[in-house]
Amino acid sequence: MKEYEFQGRAWTITENGTGTLVPDVDTDQIFHNAYLHITDIDKMGQYTFDNLEGWKDFSKKAEPGDIVIAGSNFGAGSSRQQAVDCFRALGVKVIIAVSFGAIYKRNAINSGFPILIFEDAEKMVAGNKIQNLNKVKVDLLKGELVNLETGESFGLTPFSKVQKDIYESDTLLNI
Amino acid sequence: MTKQTVIEKIFQNHSKEEIKAGNIVWITLDVVSARDFGGPNVVKNYMKAYKDAAVFDAKKVFFTFDLTVPPKTIQYANNQQICREFAREQGISVYDVDQGIGTHIFMESGHALPGTIVVGTDSHMNILGAVNCFGQGMGDVDITFGYRFGRTWFEVPHTVKVELTGKTGYEYSAKDLTLQILSVLKTDKLLGKAVEFYGEPVEKLDLAGRITLLSMITEMGGIVGFIPFNENTPKEIMALNKMDSITPEIKADADAGYAEVIKIDISNMGPMVSEPPYPHNVKKISEIGNVKVDFGFIGSCTNGRLEDIEIAWKILKGKKIAPGVRLAVVPSTRKVYEEAMDRGMLQDLLKAGAIISNPGCGGCAQGHIGMTGKGEVMVSTGNRNFPGKQGDGKNYLVSPEVVAYSVLNGYISFEPKEN
Repeated sequence: MKEYEFQGRAWTITENGTGTLVPDVDTDQIFHNAYLHITDIDKMGQYTFDNLEGWKDFSKKAEPGDIVIAGSNFGAGSSRQQAVDCFRALGVKVIIAVSFGAIYKRNAINSGFPILIFEDAEKMVAGNKIQNLNKVKVDLLKGELVNLETGESFGLTPFSKVQKDIYESDTLLNI
Repeated sequence: MTKQTVIEKIFQNHSKEEIKAGNIVWITLDVVSARDFGGPNVVKNYMKAYKDAAVFDAKKVFFTFDLTVPPKTIQYANNQQICREFAREQGISVYDVDQGIGTHIFMESGHALPGTIVVGTDSHMNILGAVNCFGQGMGDVDITFGYRFGRTWFEVPHTVKVELTGKTGYEYSAKDLTLQILSVLKTDKLLGKAVEFYGEPVEKLDLAGRITLLSMITEMGGIVGFIPFNENTPKEIMALNKMDSITPEIKADADAGYAEVIKIDISNMGPMVSEPPYPHNVKKISEIGNVKVDFGFIGSCTNGRLEDIEIAWKILKGKKIAPGVRLAVVPSTRKVYEEAMDRGMLQDLLKAGAIISNPGCGGCAQGHIGMTGKGEVMVSTGNRNFPGKQGDGKNYLVSPEVVAYSVLNGYISFEPKEN
């Protein structure tokens, strides 16, 4: 039985010392092309965000069960699967963003990694409705994010059918 | 029958399902490829999921090694060898480390033709829009499935129509036009969408110019772009592929449904530059002041065609680049390299002070032709200038003309010809 509900700490990927979610985080900032020779997923986690200003120590601080909240066009740029797999390696459960790069979105869906769209994320993070490391709950099917520290809930775009089908099978390759 | 855009029609020819923007449909694939980045991961996934089952069609499946060519570390060498061994077992062709950029090879070898669908582990696969082909970059899981079954699911993208008008007071490059368009569309207008460009400023572009513009649809967040062929485009495609005829261009229906129509007037455009740290951080060169240059790069899938090298050659022939400045030239493919050599361009560029590299993704992929150090300024004909991508230095994206003038003068510059 696949899990559709997660509780964990939310990392809000903001610009240094501000409440602004970083837009257009490119795959070279998520997983730099210097490490593209790596094909073993267990070795990918340590490089997550190591080229994103202010977040270079993310891999040391992240814990299994964490949730990532990011800005618009997250995962822009290259087609590298490692930019999705590195989060899986760290035990991150779900990435929520204002929008995703088109290829990144496919890569996450096809490898059965949960991602959800949160159109209002910028406003809610800027308004401190969700703060870095708040405890949150995410429901993939309902499309809901609840800040467990305040009880406030927010609407996300729920899983699409293809996303659910692939998630159920773990990966596109089992379909 | 509903009126359709170019991408909808191409999908329709590859699917039994109803093609409508927003629908998720299954489409067949004409070519499925993987590079030396992504390729070994594909092999690993494939062996795990499908063991020794044959790929869907060995004639339609390829490896293209273009990133770390030749391999600079043992790890990359091992990765390429993993792909070669899989290719031998499966009877798949490999465009090896001596051949150049995969997407460009597909446009020179009869694989990417009007109306086809070509996918690979290259986010600039959408360059193939230049030959009216739907090119799509994909990750290794996607490509593994494509290798095995020759099909994939796709959410039919909405299409944006961009109409260009206006005349400029100088002979602008395709890169100037591209950066001008990027400065208007940024990364949100096309996110997840296809785009069709119309109007004289784009329709007059030659194939190399179309490649420049359509390669940077990726930096605009878009899926793929198309420009209606002009009377020369089919001839250029035939000449490049040494073919006597090609399949006809797929055109949009006159009243196809567009998500948005955007008009862009280029009258005010000047020589453009994309300032770090983002490609869409576009300015006119006249607005950035005096920026000293340390390193110039001409090449990449965006500006690595013979026409691009020729532009730089005409400016640099018989001259010397400024003292202390370096220049690297990387032809996109072996064919481009040979033609540039036969016409004496590489010799003249070498004498002007350039480093001439073997064909491939050098200049964008990490390591080859070098990186920049802290404080260094690079002018590049590439397509990305994200922090850290090319090293610790600053990377300005410009046209081949601007790279040539900048390495001559020692600062970012352009010298206009009268139009």
